[in-house]
Amino acid sequence: MRDLTRHRLFWPVLALVLLLAVNAIATPTFLQVRMQDGHLYGSLVDIARNGAPVLLVALGMTLVIATRGIDLSVGAIAAIAGAVACVHIAGSPDPASAGTAITAITLALAVCILLGLWNGFLVSVLGIQPIIATLVLMTAGRGLAMLVTGGQITTVNNAFFKALGAGYFLTLPIAILVSLAVLAITGLITRRTALGMLVEAVGINPEASRLAGVRSRTIIWTVYVFSAFCAGLAGLMIAANTSAADANNAGLWIELDAILAVVIGGTSLAGGRFSLMGTLVAALFIQTLSTTIPTIGIPSETNYLFKAVVVIAVCLLQSPKARAAVWRRSNRSSLVKAGRA
Amino acid sequence: MTHMSADAHPSSGPRPGDAPSDIEPVVEMTGITITFPGVTALDDVSFRMFPGEVHALMGENGAGKSTLIKALTGVYTIDAGTIRVGGTEQQFAGTATAQAAGVSTVYQEVNLCTNLSVAENMMLGREPRRLGRIDHRRMNRRTREVLARLGLDIAPRSRLGDHPIAVQQLVAIGRAVDIEARVLVLDEPTASLDSEEVDKLFEVVRSLRSQGVAILFVSHFLDQVFAISDRMTVLRNGRLVGEHLTRDVTRLELVEEMLGRELEVLERLDREPSRQPDERRTPVLRAVGLGRKGALAPVDLDVYDGEVIGIAGLLGSGRTELARLLFGADASDSGTVELRGRRVHLRSPRKAVDQRIGFSSENRRSEGVIGDLTVAENMLLGLQAARGWLRPVPPRTRDQLVTKYVEALDIRPANPDALMRNLSGGNQQKVLLARWLIMQPDLLILDEPTRGIDVGAKAQIQQVVDDLARDGMGVVFISAELEEVLRLSDRLVVMRDRHKVDEIPNVQTTTADLMAIIARDEEVARA
Amino acid sequence: MTTATASDVSGRSFVDRLKGYSPPSQVLPVLATFALLVGMFGVGSIRYEGFASPQVVLNLFVDNAFLIVLAVGMTFVILTGGIDLSVGSVVALSTMIAASTLRAGWPPTMAVLAVLVTGTTLGLAMGLVIHYFEVQPFIATLAGMFLARGLCYLISVESIPIKDETFQSLSAASITLPGELYVTPTVLISLLVVAIAAWVLHMTRFGRTVYAVGGSESSAMLMGLAVARVKVGVYAISGFCSSLGGLLFALYMLSGYSLHAVGMELDAIAAVVIGGTLLTGGYGLVIGSLLGVLVLGTIQTFISFDGTLSSWWTKISIGVLLLVFVVLQRFFTRREVS
Repeated sequence: MRDLTRHRLFWPVLALVLLLAVNAIATPTFLQVRMQDGHLYGSLVDIARNGAPVLLVALGMTLVIATRGIDLSVGAIAAIAGAVACVHIAGSPDPASAGTAITAITLALAVCILLGLWNGFLVSVLGIQPIIATLVLMTAGRGLAMLVTGGQITTVNNAFFKALGAGYFLTLPIAILVSLAVLAITGLITRRTALGMLVEAVGINPEASRLAGVRSRTIIWTVYVFSAFCAGLAGLMIAANTSAADANNAGLWIELDAILAVVIGGTSLAGGRFSLMGTLVAALFIQTLSTTIPTIGIPSETNYLFKAVVVIAVCLLQSPKARAAVWRRSNRSSLVKAGRA
Repeated sequence: MTHMSADAHPSSGPRPGDAPSDIEPVVEMTGITITFPGVTALDDVSFRMFPGEVHALMGENGAGKSTLIKALTGVYTIDAGTIRVGGTEQQFAGTATAQAAGVSTVYQEVNLCTNLSVAENMMLGREPRRLGRIDHRRMNRRTREVLARLGLDIAPRSRLGDHPIAVQQLVAIGRAVDIEARVLVLDEPTASLDSEEVDKLFEVVRSLRSQGVAILFVSHFLDQVFAISDRMTVLRNGRLVGEHLTRDVTRLELVEEMLGRELEVLERLDREPSRQPDERRTPVLRAVGLGRKGALAPVDLDVYDGEVIGIAGLLGSGRTELARLLFGADASDSGTVELRGRRVHLRSPRKAVDQRIGFSSENRRSEGVIGDLTVAENMLLGLQAARGWLRPVPPRTRDQLVTKYVEALDIRPANPDALMRNLSGGNQQKVLLARWLIMQPDLLILDEPTRGIDVGAKAQIQQVVDDLARDGMGVVFISAELEEVLRLSDRLVVMRDRHKVDEIPNVQTTTADLMAIIARDEEVARA
Repeated sequence: MTTATASDVSGRSFVDRLKGYSPPSQVLPVLATFALLVGMFGVGSIRYEGFASPQVVLNLFVDNAFLIVLAVGMTFVILTGGIDLSVGSVVALSTMIAASTLRAGWPPTMAVLAVLVTGTTLGLAMGLVIHYFEVQPFIATLAGMFLARGLCYLISVESIPIKDETFQSLSAASITLPGELYVTPTVLISLLVVAIAAWVLHMTRFGRTVYAVGGSESSAMLMGLAVARVKVGVYAISGFCSSLGGLLFALYMLSGYSLHAVGMELDAIAAVVIGGTLLTGGYGLVIGSLLGVLVLGTIQTFISFDGTLSSWWTKISIGVLLLVFVVLQRFFTRREVS
């Protein structure tokens, strides 16, 4: 039992299960999944589908945070991706073809990778603090997206593109499949190659890693590119879902939800050990929370209030000082810490 | 673990005549014990200071000097013992209470705010105020007075960061003086000063002494300690080993007391007579004039295959700086390095690793161990970094390597998935050693690999080093323990005051010989 | 060291005064921002008729009074090396509290008091969590941001108009200056805040400790300064400034709405950075932040004068300016370290 509660996924999973239980009690049909026209329908499916963009962004964010970094620009990058894809489709001679959709998606992702390279350059080469370096693109990014769309909400009519956000494949929404695929690929890349271990090493002890010969610059650069890629994919999904690019509102505040998901999922903002499964559970938890609140009769806008409570609770749970204050009244550790600082 | 040597001064308390008996000590610390998780940093240490004396606190790395200072200045709380300042018992709850009791400190890495003005750094927290607002004019005037007392002619309103470290150091002392401290702690105040600046500092110290301030002087420069101090206290491994009048002690006695003698019975390494380098071969590494301003005066060094070069010297002698330059951990600003006759430029550890050099830092915890990774991951980190993240070490190779080294080095627990931070210091050190052995380097630099670990692990590590050299690896071995250096090395390099001062073959060299070189007063050379 | 200059005391102090007031680190970035501002006006006056008129300049203050106040609070926080993401939400919450209490018939002074107390308390709470539980400022103020937005929605999802006479008359009031120019009372309040902040930062022990903590927290601790009071205090000040800014914003908009001031924290941070304050703490002036706000305002004015430039150039140019200043800061601090 002790081992169980100590498992890093214990608290996130428990929170998710409790939330699902609340829903199941409030709405008896909540857990039902129906098959209709060869598609799966139900609240659970909706949660997974609506949570897909946040999950994608959070996956990239997990790796960034594991290196002691943060990426604030993901929302703006998502908007840019949507804008690039939609503008390309709208402007192409054959706006409804699969080929156009594929080039649009490729083009958008290529742009995102460039933006990721830019962020990574500022952080790993110029050595600017991540929060500030990515703030630049966070501020300018939406302007760039509007520049691309010309300030309009660009709508497209391309069934192939739309499928990315709203389509189904083998009874399941494609958005879910894509995000799970990225999760699986990320898991494979980080755990089957040495990327995960090196990311953690750099995040836990940068100096020791340097002395062991780790090329931390390359590692850090890579994670920002990956984060931008994930954000771009999420942005495409959001644009595809509505078949429109809204440079102002697409992916708005998604960086905060993603950071929240990473933190709730058990990855410390101080870097180091990360958990992709934790991020998955936490992303679902956040999405379920947004679904639950209106279900149990509270105005959905108070969503923020609950998120604040969750953030505070998680912070205090993770803060060694807060735990120490609960367990024993002693100022010793603080003094020692101050002395070593 | 360590016992006081028979010939060390058996004076754990003051001897009669040490200090005028009619003067009350201004600081009296008795039975001070401080423990950190897993370490006893200070063990029942007693310490006194009298008004108007310069008192030197001596000891090697890990002797407990800085812990004792931090206890006296209120940074650490003590687990046992009492601290009396000016006759009254003190319960320090922080630096502010210690300052209020009259204890001020100037730390090695000047702890002031370089973004503020000189005057503010001197007065902050006690600045003259009028109706709640700071009276800048009065503050600057008073600062000028204090600066004049220190013989320093700088503008009070200038930014502290625009001045050289030496001036910052004096400003820090000025702050302490202005507090009207009864006790002034100077922690390595001369580490970054040139000799003229040191003279200046000593002038100030002497004038403070004549005003009745008790000055605690911590420095690894023996010359300076003998030049300025009246009395000294020596610590080793967290214990008090001696308290003397400076004039009663010779350098040699002091060095002996600081370094101690190991009475523990380590199995004698069954080694052949010292291997001598074959000068006709190309050395693995040849450094010519390798140096870095402020850290190490240019050094020449050759390391041949299959030999252990022992580097002896006190803390701060430049032994660690040399190791770091050889590995590219710090950038050198003079000299050249050749590997097997080929000129290389070691810009970073990465480059050094590519050239088959390995380095284990003296700061195991902050520069070696990745605490939240497993033993296996820590062991393979170097190899993996060299291969790049796209080419992971195949699981089978990985298991083989880890099993091999866990067994060969007797790492406990023998669980490759245990978290590194849960291992004891000795086992962590073995894992770090394995990290480099896996890479099969041509040259391995080990900086204090046996510091703070138990005897068993120490013997094992020594055995490994010996075996490596036998198998043809070049090893640079640094240790504060002279016995250990002598036991392992084929050649000895002695460092002092950031210079290489001697290089001798290890043929029937004794610790006494080494200590004599380390302690040799080079008045002649300096004149 | 003690040669040459010891001859003439008065002469020396004069020389001191000339060479001693070492400005580069503090004042230079502010001068750069000021030059940028002047340059932008120069270009504007050449390109557009009426750009450089005094009223255009005054309108910068009128339209950005609330942002000036926010930037002042943010300057305190950033000077200690922290960050406050909650300010935009607290502005929204302030407009909501003002609007709802006034609708409920509270006297205006009570409504104002309620707003200021709420904002300050929220800031204080964040400061306590940051200092005593060692939670990163980023995440603690993120929680504050969510909390304040959530409270907005709790009060009302709809926009609430402000019909109180005092507020309405204050909002409509203008102070006429010679030459047919005018400013609003909000401008005076914001400038008063700037003046008080500058005084506190330079003339009080608290203010100097803010700089000391930003320069080196551990040094400040070892110097025996009141680090805890300052670290908690700056967030309380930022909270107070956010709520005061919220009141000014309420006067500007005459409504309370949950979606007011979305993303305004980014504008405040950008203004502070462009004003030359180092994001790592320890260097910066309140007057710089004021100039930073004016630069942001000028960009907007530029775009509104130029019919052909689209609104998104505001964001892009703010981003570019941010980049330039951040990179410059980076090289400045790198030199400092070496």
